[in-house]
Amino acid sequence: MATQQTALSASPPKAERRDATRIIGQFAPLIFLFVLIVIFAIATEGRFLNPLNIFNVLRQVSITGMIALGMTFVILTGGIDLSVGSLLALAGMAAAIAFKGTNQNTLSLETTDAVGLGVAGAAIMAMLVGTAGGFIQGFAITRLGIPAFIVTLGGLTIWRGLTLILSNGGPISGFTPDYRYWGNGLIELPWLTELVQSRVAIGIPIPVIVFLSFTILAYVVLRYTRYGRHVYAVGGNPEAARLSGLNVKMITLSVYMIVGFFAGLGGFVLSARLNSSEAVAGIGSELDVIAAVVIGGTSLFGGEGNVLGTAIGALLIGVLVNGLVMLNVSSYIQQIIIGLIIILAVAFDRYVKSRRRA
Amino acid sequence: MSGPLLKMTGITKRFPGVLALNNVNFEVAPGEIHGLLGENGAGKSTLLKILSGAHHPDSGSIELAGQRIMLDSPHQAQAQGIVTIYQEFNLVPQLTIAENVYIGREPGNPILFSWRKMAEQTRAVTARIGIQLDPMTQVRDLSVAEQQMVEIARALSMQSRLIIMDEPTSALSESEVVRLKQIMRDLKAQGLSIIFVTHRLEEVMDVCDRITVLRDGHNAGEAEVKVIQIPDIIRMMVGRVVDDLYAGQHALPVDQSVALQVKNLRRRINKQDPHAIVLHGISFEVRRGEILGLAGLVGAGRTEIARAIFGADPLETGEIFLDGQPITIRTPQDAIRHGIGLVPEDRKQQALFLALAVRENASMAMLPQLSNALGFIKARDEATLMETYRQKLNIRMATSEVKVRNLSGGNQQKVVIARWLALQPKVLIVDEPTRGIDVAAKAEVHALLHEMAASGIAVIMISSELPEILGMSDRILTIREGRLTGEVFRKDATQEALMALMAVREGAS
Repeated sequence: MATQQTALSASPPKAERRDATRIIGQFAPLIFLFVLIVIFAIATEGRFLNPLNIFNVLRQVSITGMIALGMTFVILTGGIDLSVGSLLALAGMAAAIAFKGTNQNTLSLETTDAVGLGVAGAAIMAMLVGTAGGFIQGFAITRLGIPAFIVTLGGLTIWRGLTLILSNGGPISGFTPDYRYWGNGLIELPWLTELVQSRVAIGIPIPVIVFLSFTILAYVVLRYTRYGRHVYAVGGNPEAARLSGLNVKMITLSVYMIVGFFAGLGGFVLSARLNSSEAVAGIGSELDVIAAVVIGGTSLFGGEGNVLGTAIGALLIGVLVNGLVMLNVSSYIQQIIIGLIIILAVAFDRYVKSRRRA
Repeated sequence: MSGPLLKMTGITKRFPGVLALNNVNFEVAPGEIHGLLGENGAGKSTLLKILSGAHHPDSGSIELAGQRIMLDSPHQAQAQGIVTIYQEFNLVPQLTIAENVYIGREPGNPILFSWRKMAEQTRAVTARIGIQLDPMTQVRDLSVAEQQMVEIARALSMQSRLIIMDEPTSALSESEVVRLKQIMRDLKAQGLSIIFVTHRLEEVMDVCDRITVLRDGHNAGEAEVKVIQIPDIIRMMVGRVVDDLYAGQHALPVDQSVALQVKNLRRRINKQDPHAIVLHGISFEVRRGEILGLAGLVGAGRTEIARAIFGADPLETGEIFLDGQPITIRTPQDAIRHGIGLVPEDRKQQALFLALAVRENASMAMLPQLSNALGFIKARDEATLMETYRQKLNIRMATSEVKVRNLSGGNQQKVVIARWLALQPKVLIVDEPTRGIDVAAKAEVHALLHEMAASGIAVIMISSELPEILGMSDRILTIREGRLTGEVFRKDATQEALMALMAVREGAS
């Protein structure tokens, strides 16, 4: 027994081994994404791989992706937030009103910035509103003991209703270029533009940079901080977490604030991209967000998963939609295919994981 | 009947990296209770899973009553009359006893099954094991022991020939165990064979006819129970002699002052939770370097006292003093801050994060000390902590990065103990510290408890196993129905005396 023990502990360095398992854990969604890209590249005779298209896909997934980062925290604790689409609209509307200083839908583009709080003020307002919405829901979940599904299902309609009241039912449109920059701006890559001889400038869209930055941040928080560890612990076994001295209610509350923050950020970026805050923005987007998390391998029961998987999951959905559009697949059929792919991706993930465990 | 009922020959099962079973032979005669023994990781579970159709052997053959059979699925195993009763029951709490017994096999026509027939048949099978329960009772209203009876009734209703019981006694009180043993003997008299898996060797001696012992995936021995003694079994299981399970006593620390004193802990009947156990003014103290045993039947309130001190359950009244100072404990965080730790009774439900690595499990309560001002965990400190306790507690694992669910029960328990030892507590409460772990690990945990006490920790130990309480404790408090009923010092303690204090109503004793 004793000799066997020494032999075992002398096996490869621990950190490397953990990385290996974690990377394999990423494999399933990543392989799936890769296969899809190859299929679309062939089917579109390479058009899919045009950098302009690639950046377009990335831009399209970045808002869903951001919110999915927050949703990963929530689902890791074993919770769910169905209200993110409505919260996004509410936050976007709050940003527009803060920026314009009015909820009148005046289309005057360049004159309004003096009245409101400015771009930074609008962005902060959106994130504050999102976080506050998350706080209220988290409070109801942790203090009143109402299931997250119910609370956020209520939130889904409440936030939408508030948005409609705020905006008198219509959109608030027309922002200045420095506002719109956050949705449409680019970090230009002249060498790439030259390389593919594109007539329009190619670059990394600002929303993509925001999304990727927060992906890295969320990854670091979940992997290297005490708070991140606590999130996994609460999702894995809430009773054990409580008996280990963790403040389970505070941690649970916080994840709803985090997803609220990201919904707010997404609302701001979306309004910048559309040059308009729509009262109907983000309807149904909670499904895309949850799908991204689940495709990324995070368990709906909590305790297992990570944000890199989520980012890949969001990308997978974006690639799928874009590829199908390029292939002129009707939008009716698209919906069926997307649904099937979601199920298939998760089935594949399960299969890979069960092989790994056996 | 001449031949064996079950004959497994040359069973080999390999998992990636592990040879779980290596050419194992196993025979069960008709109408016998056969003990299947071995330390955790010896291959018992794998063998049971093969018998229940959950795993397929890589090689070897299985014969039932002389006929070669294939067990490709749990359903097939049941169809052959082999039924397994797992430690965690497979019952639907919201359904009635009758529905649970006949789930998937409801009598009557395929669309509208007959409630009346189902209830009648359920009554008939429960009568076979001598229990009277209304078949229309919801399973969630039953005690653990009664739920187990429902499982047994279900096994009987399937016309089973061989019932496998995996650790059936671990969640039962002493009197319930006695009753279960009687039922096992009755079933044997009716011609059924039972494979009995347990860690409690006294029970093996009491109820089994023969035993098979596995060690490291091999056959380690087989014997008629009549001709052997417990030390013989232990020798087969561990491959060496373990003379004393309760490795003696510990040295006492210099400072033996009172570490923890509780006064008048009280909890009244709770309307929301009628099953909640009431505490009637519990007062006691425990000194540094002392192992205080809390003995009582299941449901007497032992665990509730522990949870109350630790802040896991709310109390109505009660004062707690640590080193003579009054302290307020409302949450486990408060208790931890004051240096009180709790190793809870149910490892998997209350202590472990099965999907996290061993390292992450061990450090969970220590994270504030292991992280910097920004909340980043200092990986090197965490690794050092893990390594320290791996050596100190002899935790056996491939690396500290494996998920804790892959460890044996004994090693999992050591991980939980490590979590609390790392905090260097003043008081450590251990609730059923050796439940469901193998003999060798048990001895190690016992030695550890002595070591902790010797280092000046006040240890409060709760256990349902009287030999453990008697062998380990310096002093024993007995509890019955939420009241302290006695205090016994080690030298005066006998099983009979404790049993009387735990189980006999006042006036009778």
